[in-house]
Amino acid sequence: MSEFFHMGGYAFYVWTSYGIAFAILLINVVVPIVRRQRLLRDLRRMKSRKTP
Amino acid sequence: MSPTQRQRLLVVVILTVGIGIAATLTLLAFQKNLLYFVTPTQITSGELPQQRKFRVGGLVVEGTVQREGVKVQFDLTDTANSVTVVYSGILPDLFREGQGIVANGQLTESGVFEASEVLAKHDENYMPPEVSEALETAKNMRDKFKGHPK
Amino acid sequence: MRLFRFFHRFASPREFFRIAGSMIPWLAATTLLLLLIGLYLGLFVAPPDYQQGESYRIMFIHVPSAWMSLFVYMVMAGAAAIGLIWRIKLAHVIAISSAPIGASFTFLALVTGSLWGKPMWGAWWVWDARLTSELILLFLYLGVMALYAAFEERRTAQRAAGILAIVGVINVPIIHYSVMWWNTLHQGPTVTKFDAPSIHFSMLAPLLIMSVAFTVFYVVVLLMRARWEVLDQEQRSNWVNDYLEQLSS
Repeated sequence: MSEFFHMGGYAFYVWTSYGIAFAILLINVVVPIVRRQRLLRDLRRMKSRKTP
Repeated sequence: MSPTQRQRLLVVVILTVGIGIAATLTLLAFQKNLLYFVTPTQITSGELPQQRKFRVGGLVVEGTVQREGVKVQFDLTDTANSVTVVYSGILPDLFREGQGIVANGQLTESGVFEASEVLAKHDENYMPPEVSEALETAKNMRDKFKGHPK
Repeated sequence: MRLFRFFHRFASPREFFRIAGSMIPWLAATTLLLLLIGLYLGLFVAPPDYQQGESYRIMFIHVPSAWMSLFVYMVMAGAAAIGLIWRIKLAHVIAISSAPIGASFTFLALVTGSLWGKPMWGAWWVWDARLTSELILLFLYLGVMALYAAFEERRTAQRAAGILAIVGVINVPIIHYSVMWWNTLHQGPTVTKFDAPSIHFSMLAPLLIMSVAFTVFYVVVLLMRARWEVLDQEQRSNWVNDYLEQLSS
């Protein structure tokens, strides 16, 4: 198993690549979810202001 | 498609084609500067100036690598002509005989290329070591039967 | 004709919001499954390379990201052209939502390429034609995003960003053919060259699976982004009102 993580001496390069890839894919999922939360909150707030 | 839509389509097409032609002409004008390296043939034909830095690319000729401490000397070929390269420093992991490399440096008066940087250029083939060995064996067999061993 | 009708309906903001919403969970599950298979085959099953040893495994991230950086750009430019010519709002939404996703794939291709280049070539970065044109692609994506953000009025912003996207499409063939037209440190194509791919099947399989996974991932995050963009743009229409009421009840 430690041999697997060692990656024939290229551990730093290989695992940094996979780590950054994972982080970037994750950011692409999180950004629209945050946008949804904010948008729905703003739209609800605007609506409640219009209909007292 | 309505006439206005056709007109917009025409504008987009003309825009793309125009930019395409402009880009092609620009690239053709800078053709030489876009080359990352030159070949040994261009050096031996005397096309290139001495005392100026440029890059040369080619294959390391088998059996010419001589190491002396951190100093290394080898011949670089594009299969037509070759040039001798001297370099002292750390070589990339992929550096070996028969490997494609790119050296950055300048030509001395004696015609030897003094490199200050050596980069390895790997090919686009990917295979397990066993397959590579099998291919090598098959190639050697073929050469043997053809009557000109390597 | 039925296909045309489907697209016509799909292009209406309300139907797009509904249909995309029902597609996302399935596509997300497909992405996850493909990613797991691809990573398993790429990291555990595929053998080390005869020249590059274990370091070549960066390829399973690098190559799909690089392909996606070009594919997303073509989708973005195509959608922008459709939006400009036929004045379809949804096409502009697709184009502008693609830009940040494409930029992140381009960034990923550049960073993983750098992390692969250092141990193999001996340099983090070189100014050869392939690397330079890919860097220009990143700037094009960022330019489209910046131009869109620079205009107050949405329609002007969409048109300006769309035109830049269309003009920049010229860079796509340059990136692809750069390794054949000029001497570059970057090697030539492996999979897309005219003769058979020069890569062993055990390495080709995870590469292709990861590429499909990245493509489906792009569709998922594009639909997610585009849905909330559509909802934002249509916030005054009745269907959005109904949707909000339905959510709060």
